[in-house]
Amino acid sequence: MTLQEKIITIICVVLGTMTTRFLPFAVFPPNRETPEFLQYLSVVLPSAIIGFLVAYCFKNVSFISGSHGIPEIISMLFITLLHLWKKNTLLSIAGGTIMYMVLVQTVF
Amino acid sequence: MKSKKCALAAAFPYTLPICAGFLFLGASYGLLMTSKGFSPFYPILMSMFIFAGSMEFITVNLLLSSFNPVYAFLLTLVVNARHLFYGISMLDKFKGTGYKKLYLIFGMCDESFCINSAVKIPEGIDKGDFMFFVTLLNQIYWVGGASLGAVFGSFITFNTEGIDFVLTCLFYVIFLNQWLENKNHSPAVIGVVSTAICLLIFGADLFIIPSMVLIIIIFYIMKKRGEIKL
Repeated sequence: MTLQEKIITIICVVLGTMTTRFLPFAVFPPNRETPEFLQYLSVVLPSAIIGFLVAYCFKNVSFISGSHGIPEIISMLFITLLHLWKKNTLLSIAGGTIMYMVLVQTVF
Repeated sequence: MKSKKCALAAAFPYTLPICAGFLFLGASYGLLMTSKGFSPFYPILMSMFIFAGSMEFITVNLLLSSFNPVYAFLLTLVVNARHLFYGISMLDKFKGTGYKKLYLIFGMCDESFCINSAVKIPEGIDKGDFMFFVTLLNQIYWVGGASLGAVFGSFITFNTEGIDFVLTCLFYVIFLNQWLENKNHSPAVIGVVSTAICLLIFGADLFIIPSMVLIIIIFYIMKKRGEIKL
């Protein structure tokens, strides 16, 4: 690719990303009544998306080969217990990450 | 001016895990690009203007293959389709944020969306300012990480394997928080189970759009039946 072609490719990726981010706001501007189903979605979707993102993080984890997702599962169980016990968001995130790093670097 | 400082101080702690994750992921992205022979300007400018982590990694491969701008655009739409969900969820919350709204939409990556949609903004803090600083700090971490990785990446010598798991932990802890706060768990369960099923059926490269469609269909049916009350 020439420099010009590289720049055009990057601009296409920027435009694609911005399309996905701006489209809902362009289609439903504040002065227009949002359809009832979308109002409903805006209430239930956030929780569903967080669930989607948790599952999304496992897209490259193989449960049938390698470490079988065991370090991931142990770390998530650890976070669950730590979070129910201390209810401290930052502590749970730090604890889970350290647990995972120790597992993948030393055990698996 | 003082209220802006308060909003920054309120937003900062929520972004700390993202700081850790983005500095290292951004650095590995910057390092990847320079190791493929790109000048450091590429990762720095791309992290600034694309600002969608997974897509930036994919763009490295696009730039190394033959020139096909239409494919680049369409592939971006597919990979980033989940942003449509974020937009729909934030239609109301971004209302009344004035000129900041443009930046809030531009910078709405997974992590900024996650915090801005889930966090109860403290009393007395302007919601527009709070969300603006969450978004801005996250972008600073990402661009900072990419720049550091591009310029100094080859000097990192301690073992950072597994540090990117911090972002999984962030999403999971926010998931737990919402689980403990909400009485109705069906939206969260629908999100996890639909995505897991589509991931199994369609695989890691194709599951995003099927998951979104499945989630929308389930909510549509549940609303018709009146099974989830608002």
